[in-house]
Order: sequence, then C-alpha cells, then structure tokens
Amino acid sequence: MLYSEKVMDHFTNPRNVGEIENADGVGEVGNARCGDIMKVFLKIENGIITDAKFKTFGCGAAIATSSMATEMIKGKTVEEALGLTNKAVVEALDGLPPVKLHCSVLAEEAVKTALADYYDRNGIEHNIDVNCDGCCESCARH
Amino acid sequence: MDNNKRYVYADNAATTKTDPEVFEAMVPWLTEAYGNPSSQHTIGREAAAAVADARERIAGILGCKPREIYFTASGSESDNWAIKGAAHANVKKGKHIISTEFEHHAVLHALESLEREGFEVTYLSPDRDGQISPADLEAAIREDTILVAIMFANNEIGSVLPVKELAEVAHARKITFFTDAVQAVGNIPVNVAELGVDMLAFSGHKIHAPKGIGVLYCKTATRCFNLIDGGGQENGRRGGTENVPYIVGLARALELAVERLSDSAAIAAKRDRLAAGISKIPYTFINGGMEHRLPGNLNMGFEFIEGESLLLWLDMYGIAASTGSACSSASLEPSHVLLSIGVPAEKAHGSLRLTISHDTTDEDIDYILEVIPVVVEKLRAMSPLYKG
Repeated sequence: MLYSEKVMDHFTNPRNVGEIENADGVGEVGNARCGDIMKVFLKIENGIITDAKFKTFGCGAAIATSSMATEMIKGKTVEEALGLTNKAVVEALDGLPPVKLHCSVLAEEAVKTALADYYDRNGIEHNIDVNCDGCCESCARH
Repeated sequence: MDNNKRYVYADNAATTKTDPEVFEAMVPWLTEAYGNPSSQHTIGREAAAAVADARERIAGILGCKPREIYFTASGSESDNWAIKGAAHANVKKGKHIISTEFEHHAVLHALESLEREGFEVTYLSPDRDGQISPADLEAAIREDTILVAIMFANNEIGSVLPVKELAEVAHARKITFFTDAVQAVGNIPVNVAELGVDMLAFSGHKIHAPKGIGVLYCKTATRCFNLIDGGGQENGRRGGTENVPYIVGLARALELAVERLSDSAAIAAKRDRLAAGISKIPYTFINGGMEHRLPGNLNMGFEFIEGESLLLWLDMYGIAASTGSACSSASLEPSHVLLSIGVPAEKAHGSLRLTISHDTTDEDIDYILEVIPVVVEKLRAMSPLYKG
C-alpha cells in the first residue's frame, strides 16, 4: 500500500481532530463492522463554516481524508461546502490507492450529513442526498 | 522517543531475513558452479550431486526417504500441487474434500478452483482457540471423501493443530491427508513419519532461506498427479530446471532451524512478555489460544482503533508488523481467520500480529512495549468509539 506524501502528512499530523461543543451540525457515517466511522462537527455562523472538527475510526486513508475534507470546508459557506466532492478530496491529497477511494466517499458523506443536520436543526428544507446506509457495499458501489 | 532510530522486524510469519550462513552456502551455486543438474558434464554432475545432497539432508530431518521430497518454487505451488494433484488422481473414488475455514489462501483458493470443476468441499470451523477437533473431522467424512487438507499451524493466530490425530482419523477411512506446514516447519519439530501425513508443504523464506523455494513431501504410493509437466526433473514429477542455489540454501536453512529449536522456549518467553505488556493497555485482547501456539506468534486485538492505522504508526517508529484488518485487503472484509474463530468483524479490524524470531532481542521487546501504548493512545484519542 503506497500512500502519497500528502496522505501521510495528514495521517501523521491530522488537522482538526476533536469535537465541537454545541456544534451547529454533526454528521456520523460508516460503522465499526466495516472498519470506518467518521464523525464531523461544524460551527456555522451566518451561513459560514467557522470551524470544523472530526473524529475518525479507520485506516490511514480514512484519517487523512477526514483531515483534508475538514480543512477544505473551513471558512466556506454552507452552499460551497455542499459542493465538496470525494474527487476533490482525493485530488487535494495527491491521489489515493484505488481500494481506498471509498474512504474519500465517506469523508464527503460525513460533511454532507453534518450539513443536513444543520439544515434540519434550523428548519431549512433540503435535498441533501447521503448514500451511506451503514453497509460496506454502499461505499464500494461508488 | 526518537522516530526511526531503531528497526524491529516483528513480521517473521510474513517472511524472514535470509540467514548469512544460508547465503554463504548458496554463493558458489550462484557463481562458478552454475551447472544444470540434467547435464552430463562435470559442472552439471556437481550440481546434481548438490541437489541430491540437499534432498538427503532435508529427508533426514523430516524423517522420510529422499525421493519423497520434491522441490517447488513456493509454498503456494506445493499447496496447489498437493490439493489439485490428489483431487484429480482420486476423482474415480469421489469428489468430496474436507478442509478448514482458516487455511491460507493458497489452500482456500486452490479448493475454490476445484469447486468450480465440480468438487465439493466441507470447511470445518475452528474453535475460539484456533483448534480443529478430530471428532469434527470424523463427522464430516463421507463415502466419497478423497482428501483431507488441514494446516499444521495457522499463519495469523499461530495455533498448532493436532495433525497426528487428524491424520489418523483420515487414514482409518483410507483418505489421503495433506497438511500445509509452511508456518510449522522450522518453528516446531516436524517429523512426517511420526505425524503419519501423506503430503506436507513448506516454504524456504519462512525459515531464513530466500523467497522462491518450496518443498512438497509426498509419501511413496500416494496418488497425486503432476501440477507442472516438463523435462523429467524431480523424478518426472515436477518439470523445471532445479533451482540449485536455493535448494542448497533451503537445506542449510532447515538444518539451522532445527538446531535453533532449542531456542523455542526463550522465543516463547519473549512473546509472553510482549503479550503481558500489551495486555496492560485497557480494552485489548489476545486472538487465539496460548496453549498450542507457535512460540513466536502473538495476535492482539485493540478496541476502538483500526489495524492499518496502527501498522502505519508502528512503521514510522521502525516496527514492522501486520494486521488482519480489512484495510489491508481490497475486499473490505477483515481477516477470514479471525472471523472463523469467532472474533466479531468490528473487533477483527483492530488486530495486530507480531511474529518474532531467534533474532528478536529483549531490547526489541522493550522497544515494542514502549511504542505500542503511545501509538494506541494517539489513535484512540481521535476515535469516535473511544470514550476515554
């Protein structure tokens, strides 16, 4: 398994590890049976993500994609963050081994789930589509 | 703790360092003594004599006749040869084979290939300790059973199986018994005459010889077709010019391994110290039983963290180990071995296999015990499952 230097950097020095108390949006995807769980916490003020944190149980790629995804949405508007794709996360990490692409999907879904939670809490209608049904195959299908 | 100041190789079940003495024994056969054992001229005859000598020494150690020893290119080749060869040679008698759920993939995938041809395979389940009971084997035997293939020692959890008793059960029903002994040979005493097995496979690179050499022991009169046809080498049973330097190296490696069997208790003591030290970390557990286990094998589970992350961190501290986590495979499924002994998938993901050898020092053990708690804590701190 060969990881890029960027992946190893985000794995060994992950950015934004932790939890946010009184977060405005929280999203958790994956399950322990599959070997990956990502939990993303967002602080959102006036439609802007002022802070993002994560906790992840998973492999090197899962930790690195969580770190990168939270970096990429900090300072962005909610709408901009909704445009985050797993492809963009992979590119920002200078690529992932093919068997690890599902980790980037999980990162995208964790962010979207947290944003959906934010909308729900504020009574804002949305059609955020999250595919993680807690089953390994839903990631493998991407 | 200073990263990369020390290197500790604790992955000897994956492969081993070639012993300098083995390498030395090989050098002449890689340089000036390059003859083909099939040639009639002097250097050819010298090569043939070296192969014959190696075969005799190996047979002497394993307790069989020299012509029952066949050299192959790997443990996987030996496994494939034994299983496919015996199945095809006995097909008129039946098409049923018995094996176990936790064999090496070289065995499992050879069996799957036979299943696609129409053979039927019963896979016995090991218990929590990683043992297969002779009674379970007995109960699985049918009129049309032609082969039993059960490993000697498991590669992930190191359990040593009662091969002698299992072979007796098979023989009472006149069924061929094959054992994949890749993890056993060199680590515990192995004598085919005492064990009573018909076929046994092992590999050089697990016992401090280089990669690319294996052996199949096949008892005289055992029905088994060839896997590789060719120019009449190995008594017409396995084609391909003999890998003279590696064969010479393997014989030396096996002799050294047998001499070192007296170190087993010391290796097991180091392994037990590792187990006790790691077990002090909360939420850890040992996979497999400790009673009948290879001396150098330890397999630990760590709750709330994932094995690949653990490996990557250990590697950064210079410690080489392995894991049964799904993330080390493309299948998204954790180790079939851990699942087979009843470890739930969520716990199997956090497994770590440490396999030490006679080379492992007390300082190496100290270092591993110093690093693991640090790395585990680091990963648990970022795990959503860990509540502290």
